[in-house]
Amino acid sequence: MLVKSQEDRPICKEDDISIVRSSVKRVVALLNFSLVNQTKIITAASELARNTLEHGKGGHALIQIIDDGTGRIGLRMIFEDTGPGIPDTDRALEDGFTTGNGMGLGLGGARRLMDEFQLESHAGSGTKVSITKWQERL
Amino acid sequence: MAKDTLTPIASILSKSSADIIENWVSLQLANKNRSQAVSDSSLTTSSNEFFKLFQAAAKDGNIENLNTPEWSAVKLMLSDLSVSRARLGSSPSETASFVLSFKQPLFEQLNKDFGNDPSLAKMSWALSVLIDDLALVTTEAFQKTREDIIRRQQKDILEMSTPVIKMWEGIVAVPLIGTLDSARTQIVMENLLQKIVDIGAKIAILDITGVPTVDTQTAQHLIKTVSATRLMGAECIISGIRPQIAQTIVHLGIEIHDIVTRATMEDALREAMARVGWYSYKEADAKDEVR
Ligand SMILES: Nc1ncnc2c1ncn2[C@@H]1O[C@H](COP(=O)(O)OP(=O)(O)OP(=O)(O)O)[C@@H](O)[C@H]1O
Ligand SMILES: [Mg+2]
Repeated sequence: MLVKSQEDRPICKEDDISIVRSSVKRVVALLNFSLVNQTKIITAASELARNTLEHGKGGHALIQIIDDGTGRIGLRMIFEDTGPGIPDTDRALEDGFTTGNGMGLGLGGARRLMDEFQLESHAGSGTKVSITKWQERL
Repeated sequence: MAKDTLTPIASILSKSSADIIENWVSLQLANKNRSQAVSDSSLTTSSNEFFKLFQAAAKDGNIENLNTPEWSAVKLMLSDLSVSRARLGSSPSETASFVLSFKQPLFEQLNKDFGNDPSLAKMSWALSVLIDDLALVTTEAFQKTREDIIRRQQKDILEMSTPVIKMWEGIVAVPLIGTLDSARTQIVMENLLQKIVDIGAKIAILDITGVPTVDTQTAQHLIKTVSATRLMGAECIISGIRPQIAQTIVHLGIEIHDIVTRATMEDALREAMARVGWYSYKEADAKDEVR
């Protein structure tokens, strides 16, 4: 796996979410994703950025263009915070589970919208979510 | 001790007031870089007013701490001046230099009267710091005014970009453009509900063709708007759901069974007209055939 380029965006206030969204928007257009996949990726980024801000009390996002080693290009986004963490990650991924007043669909939704999804979190030690979408093979 | 060294300033301000003001005003009028936004007479008025308040504030010898009650009138005057000049289009440095230019006539007078006094340096320093701080008051007020203006304009743009349109007797529509964040939802909701009352609308069409993405927060905002519309006794139709948005909504797992949706604004309008009884589905179909 090769990281070909990387952008680091802070997520500390509401406006940062739309900044992350526009950065992602630029990259997905650059990578020529289909319109449907562009929309899916931007939406997943929006969900995780908001979780980082609202539940994780702020953190940052890494937006990476990666190569799987065979020349296949993908977009990976890593959302990291040092907030309270998630005590039960399976539970958090269940549709409808929320500790706030959201719909409880963001985490599970982001997983369904992307090709790869990794969630690492422990109570008290922050949260790291990594999502990837590979370029469609023509 | 402090009082002894500072009293001379109060005495200069009262003894030589006419000289200092005259000197100051002519210095300002002679300044080539002066903005045309402020007239000669208003500059003279402001200078006189500032001097009077400054003199009153310095009367008891405190020229070190601006956060005391005696300085509040001066600060207030400067903020007001800064605000009104910002409205006229003056730059913050122009307003700050109004205050800063007061140093020269003041120091000239100090030199004249206390040129040989060992405490001159100390007095000048204290006054210099004081006037710098007063200049900061003007820039802060200026900045705040600018921010207020920007905030107001943002709100205006927000309102302008969310018009509620009467489409037909009993039917209103809102073409949403841009990100549907909390602030915009609030405005859409207020405008929409008011319009529903005003024209007695039975159907409201929310068109999201111009909304780039729909995430869980956007969906929640839409659902809230639909619920509020229902409480007003009207029904909502959401139109303009593009294929990529539909797919994303499904993957997110958002359920919208009980919300009426249509692909286009035209479909939504036809549905709305049928619902308020303008024509039946059959007539609508017949019209389609004629076209
Ligand atoms: N970065 C994070 N730090 C701590 N807890 C988190 C984080 N991300 C998610 N969680 C927990 O997981 C729960 C589920 O998250 P999910 O995004 O699915 O729903 P939500 O954010 O509550 O609502 P929404 O549907 O608006 O996204 C959250 O309510 C929160 O308790
Ligand atoms: Mg969420």
